[in-house]
Amino acid sequence: MAASIHPPMLTDFISGPAFHSMEAFWNKWGVTHEDLNNILNTWIVMVILIVASILVKNRLQLIPRGLQNFWEVVVSTLEDVVVQIMGEHGRPYFPLIASLALFILTCNLLGILPWLQSSTNNLNTTLALALIAFTVTHVVGIKEHGTHYVKHFLGPVPWLIPLMLPIEIIGHLSRILSLSFRLFGNIMGEDLAIIILTLLVPYLVPLPMMFLQVFTSFIQTLVFIMLTMMYITGSMEEAH
Amino acid sequence: MKRKLVTGLMMLGICLISGVAFAADAPGGAGIVSMTVLAAGLAIGLGAIGSGIGMGTAIGGACEGTSRNPEAGGRILTTMIIGLAMIESLTIYALVVALLLLFANPYRALMG
Repeated sequence: MAASIHPPMLTDFISGPAFHSMEAFWNKWGVTHEDLNNILNTWIVMVILIVASILVKNRLQLIPRGLQNFWEVVVSTLEDVVVQIMGEHGRPYFPLIASLALFILTCNLLGILPWLQSSTNNLNTTLALALIAFTVTHVVGIKEHGTHYVKHFLGPVPWLIPLMLPIEIIGHLSRILSLSFRLFGNIMGEDLAIIILTLLVPYLVPLPMMFLQVFTSFIQTLVFIMLTMMYITGSMEEAH
Repeated sequence: MKRKLVTGLMMLGICLISGVAFAADAPGGAGIVSMTVLAAGLAIGLGAIGSGIGMGTAIGGACEGTSRNPEAGGRILTTMIIGLAMIESLTIYALVVALLLLFANPYRALMG
């Protein structure tokens, strides 16, 4: 029932004609109207972040005012979080973690506004983010340790290898599953709860759930980047 | 305590037996639709039990730790939030199964 609900979206102006004019093509690849809306909402997030940064970039002043003040708070908070979890040698990964954090946070928060959709309520978006985190951890491990990176999977003692290797591989692959499903389930569950509440009582009652939505957006961003940082730290440090 | 246990088991038995009776009424038996709806309800219902207990224990531990050492309150809060998100993710897996059954049922061709 709720899956066939199609709330009016700002991006319907673009995705409506785009979908209906090429319907055979989209159907061949299994792309639905909702998928198009999802991608367009990620573009809206990109536009917001890029424009907000460009407005500040060329006019940095010693005494910050306005938007620069806001960005300084955001960037310094993220920097504190990254250095606290990853230590000083985690500084090179600050741009990655900050980009992930800002993207996920803005995506999540965008769903609260009317006519916009949180793009992370689709498993495809969260899977893409989880794959980024997974790929970065292994690339970092290989870059740092070379072929000795395999020692991370082998366990403490040589005769335990036939047991530890499958378990470690499955554990690493399950990180993709858990990262993507956690973010998707939280944001989609929250969206569904609000949709169903709005169907039942459209006035005032969804408001506490929307406060919860703001809270959940921040918490899920924090958890995603904390886990990514811990995975990267785990692959950088020496094997147990 | 024993009376409550016996009462609970009898209620469970009545529910199971009455399920068979419903199946005799509906043509074609307890079909895929009713089983799907039952499975979705049970998935999220049972999945939330363990998560609730675990989260309660976690928050209790965090409260106790903060009361012993109020200065470590910030670090304890951060650890608690991360731990809660980890525990919550298990219930989210169950929720995803329930949503899958309700909205993207893989057996929808058989659902008539």
